[in-house]
Amino acid sequence: MKSLQKHQLERVGKSLTGFCIAVVILVVGSLVVMVAQRGLSAFAVDGVDLWGFLSGVTWNPHQPDASGAPTVGALPMIFGSFAVTLLSCLFVIPFALGSAIYTVEVNPKFGNTVFRPALELLVGIPSVVFGLVGLTIVVPWIRGWSGGTGYGILAGSLVLAVMVLPTVTSLIIDALNAVPAAYRMSSSALGGTRWQNTWHIVLKAATPGILTAIILGMARAFGEALAVQMVIGNAATIPDSLVSPAATLTSVLTTSMGNEAMGTVYNDVLWSLALILLLMSLVFILIVHIIGNRSEVKHG
Amino acid sequence: MMQITERDTRGAAVEAEMREPVLATHDVGVRYDETKVALSGVNLEFAAGEVTSLIGPSGCGKSTFLRCLNLMNREIPHCHIDGEIVYDGHNINTPDENLYELRQSIGMVFQIPNPFRKSIRDNITFAPRCHGIKDKKRLDEIVETSLVKAALWDEVKDKLDKSAYALSGGQRQRLCIARTLAMNPKVVLMDEPCSALDPIATFSIEDTIGQIAGEGISVIIVTHNIEQAARISDKTAYFLLGEVVEWGDTDAVFSDPKDKRTQDYLTGRFG
Repeated sequence: MKSLQKHQLERVGKSLTGFCIAVVILVVGSLVVMVAQRGLSAFAVDGVDLWGFLSGVTWNPHQPDASGAPTVGALPMIFGSFAVTLLSCLFVIPFALGSAIYTVEVNPKFGNTVFRPALELLVGIPSVVFGLVGLTIVVPWIRGWSGGTGYGILAGSLVLAVMVLPTVTSLIIDALNAVPAAYRMSSSALGGTRWQNTWHIVLKAATPGILTAIILGMARAFGEALAVQMVIGNAATIPDSLVSPAATLTSVLTTSMGNEAMGTVYNDVLWSLALILLLMSLVFILIVHIIGNRSEVKHG
Repeated sequence: MMQITERDTRGAAVEAEMREPVLATHDVGVRYDETKVALSGVNLEFAAGEVTSLIGPSGCGKSTFLRCLNLMNREIPHCHIDGEIVYDGHNINTPDENLYELRQSIGMVFQIPNPFRKSIRDNITFAPRCHGIKDKKRLDEIVETSLVKAALWDEVKDKLDKSAYALSGGQRQRLCIARTLAMNPKVVLMDEPCSALDPIATFSIEDTIGQIAGEGISVIIVTHNIEQAARISDKTAYFLLGEVVEWGDTDAVFSDPKDKRTQDYLTGRFG
């Protein structure tokens, strides 16, 4: 076969890569549309009140309330999801930041040969294993001192923290490594101590990257289902303490999705929960982009 | 060219003779991994208010020598500094020398302008803050005087809180100089400060160097640009293969080099 002309080759390349893009966009787009369609049909078709859904505290889709509408207050799950996400991040941030600083600024040799491989190992562990460990170690431990069942937001947050830690730490390490060595050199030349250089120069320069790492960690925590479901207790109520059973959007989805027929009210409101998850991850991604753009505008 | 150097040097040279050097090296050498010798037997003296150029071909050890003077080589693993570096009457090349205090007195400007990712003001206040100055008014004074000394004040006085990266290359380098001056150093080391800059920016830096020297600071500059050395410096040291071949008043070195190798380099026969 005669070899392709240069301009033809150009066109082939363009259409091939363009096709790949189109497929990906189509998949993402139809996914969003489908979840939105299903999730919104609870409000449009089944007559669920949106405000009641977002603020109601009773979750009992099989049991119509006094007016005949299904009792689908999702606030306990929304609260649960945010609570485990924020709490796990509180646990993660100091350890991730500290170990990343140690890896990059204090002892890169140990950090790169021992610590990073260990982190990567942690990433590879399936979430069900984290859930199992949580179930056999964390829950009994909490039960031991709290007196309750041990299931709850605290258990969920601890398990999530361990799961999210490697992602956040790796991303922070990358962010610190991306700070030009010249910054460290010149701040040492100005007589700054290692601590001053790290705190005022390196961390400051890496702030957008560190924030991105934390947000991505939060997104992962928000969306994690299995491990959380195993240790949170799955009671769709707003818990009165960190150590009493609760539920998250994801845990309700995984426990109920298989049991309800497509098209029922119950099934539709589950899709609404999924829609909330999707919207939240959109928000997280948006925040990451805003952070990136803002630092670019500021420092070029 | 020669006229400018003569005018600049005469006064300074006379003064320098009367003055003790601020910084002197005795038999300074540098080894990597204990065996690889990068520099040996350097004996130089630097007086206040004097600009000294370190010239020589690439890899001759001039930057390595410069990095000895504020012990920056200590930041490099497996790098060992030999000999005595006498600053302020005592040898600083000792294990218990306080690097943080030393580097307040001996500042350094690097080849690539590398302001921190901070505002112009914060770039300058970083060092004074590190060394314990917290008073806002005092810091504002430092910002102004340092920028004035670095000949940058008029260009940036209205945008002190803007990012340092909003500045041009030459302005960034002058900001780095101002950042160093904020500590009131006695000596400023410059490692090819103009090599990443265009001719106009280079000219402004050279102007700034003259002003700093006028303030009584000893400026030691590594440069690849022989004309620059002739233009701005009172003394010149020629490095070759890790040794100082010739050292003396700039006009003497340039007009009447004692060593054949210096002559070859200056006339462009190699390097």
